[in-house]
Amino acid sequence: MAAPRHATMQSISNGGTQGSDRPHTQQSQQAQQSQQSPGLRVPSNRKTIYDRHLNRSRNAELSRASFAFLFGEMVTYAQRRVTGIQDLEKRLNEQGYPLGLRLLDLLFYRSTSTSSSALSSSSTSSSPPNRPLRIITLLHLIHGPLWRLLFGRAADALEHSVSPDTPNEYMITDNDPMVNTYISAPRDMSMLNCAAYVAGIIEGVCDGCGFETKVSAHNQPTELWPSRTVFLVRFGDAVMEREKVLERAGVK
Amino acid sequence: MAAASKATASSSSTVNGSISTLNNPRLLKMSYYFTILSPTDTPLFNIAFGTSKGGGDGIARFRFPETAQYMNQFIIHSSLDILEEAQWTNSGMYLKHIDTYPPAAAYITAFLTPSGARFLLLHQPPNLPSSTSTGSGLGSSSLLGTAGSTTRASSSSIAANPTSPQTEEAVRQFMSEVYESYVKTAMSPFYKQGMEIKSPVFRTRVTAAGKKWL
Repeated sequence: MAAPRHATMQSISNGGTQGSDRPHTQQSQQAQQSQQSPGLRVPSNRKTIYDRHLNRSRNAELSRASFAFLFGEMVTYAQRRVTGIQDLEKRLNEQGYPLGLRLLDLLFYRSTSTSSSALSSSSTSSSPPNRPLRIITLLHLIHGPLWRLLFGRAADALEHSVSPDTPNEYMITDNDPMVNTYISAPRDMSMLNCAAYVAGIIEGVCDGCGFETKVSAHNQPTELWPSRTVFLVRFGDAVMEREKVLERAGVK
Repeated sequence: MAAASKATASSSSTVNGSISTLNNPRLLKMSYYFTILSPTDTPLFNIAFGTSKGGGDGIARFRFPETAQYMNQFIIHSSLDILEEAQWTNSGMYLKHIDTYPPAAAYITAFLTPSGARFLLLHQPPNLPSSTSTGSGLGSSSLLGTAGSTTRASSSSIAANPTSPQTEEAVRQFMSEVYESYVKTAMSPFYKQGMEIKSPVFRTRVTAAGKKWL
């Protein structure tokens, strides 16, 4: 399920019945109320986004039906006034991009805060996750942790292009992308893959880490997996150049 | 720890200010300038504050005159080149002390969020009557080891020596607390990357983190 990210977004407008089990949050909230400036509009429950815990919705699950409905609406929205399939995919990509940037921060926050909850018992020796510096580390981050955050499982394959002309191309395969579960494209749009949205997310993550990339989603159905999708990740020249320098320097 | 430093504050508030006490390590008051820069070097947030440890009143007293506060920004931005080099050799988020600007005795510590925002903290020890400010700073931290309780030693050494492990640890705690608030900001659907952070609640949070750790 795409639970964690949607639940987080939701919690901004959601009523705050939770949190009574965290006295420290409430305390700091009360301390703040006196200092809030008059121009600030505070929700009726007096809780700003800063008073909410980012891990609260970590294991929460979101209804697949409502996700499918929302995503369907997003596709419909993107389809307005588009000139063709490429244009539509570009719009879906652009919708996913900012989400990728955010997920990156959330992903790292959540992995650091687990180690820092261990920190409270065992002093200072925590090892926060590392920012990816090399392409492979970045792709593993996407293939594993990011996919788990979004869909609750790792992606199905991660491959490097075998062609010597395109060493900058990598492929991430999802046998059954969740976004496409309830989407069947009409015959005249058979090229369309709405997982372009997920491609946008990947692009946002790569860009956020400082890897200039173009990501596109392609249908590659097999007998067993009719909606198998390959995300083609193409890194920019600057990234490949830096990769060589880092390799020589022995950076991992 | 917070309670202990409060007690120190009340006890030493009467003596602070006079020149003769400046050589007393417990009264060295650090000034801080903290800024968040977007990946494209746009300033998103900045705040100046002083130490609250060891009797500090939380007010920044930089060496520049009031009219030259832009010097802080100037020094911080000049460390960006070094930051961008360090960024690709050190994969941690907290890059520790990366740059020093000796003419102003300004030390710069950096924290990098995975999505490319940079948190930069400039710390500057107060202007000492003697010419070798860093030397006396180092000396005072060793003085300190013999005197006072452990809480006092750890909190005051922040003021005395900007590159000591205790300082780095305190700054790390400060940075992670700000990072948490930053992630919360970034999660807001009304916030786009690269927008200035104007929320007064965010400012309150950063101030509180500064009070708590620095």
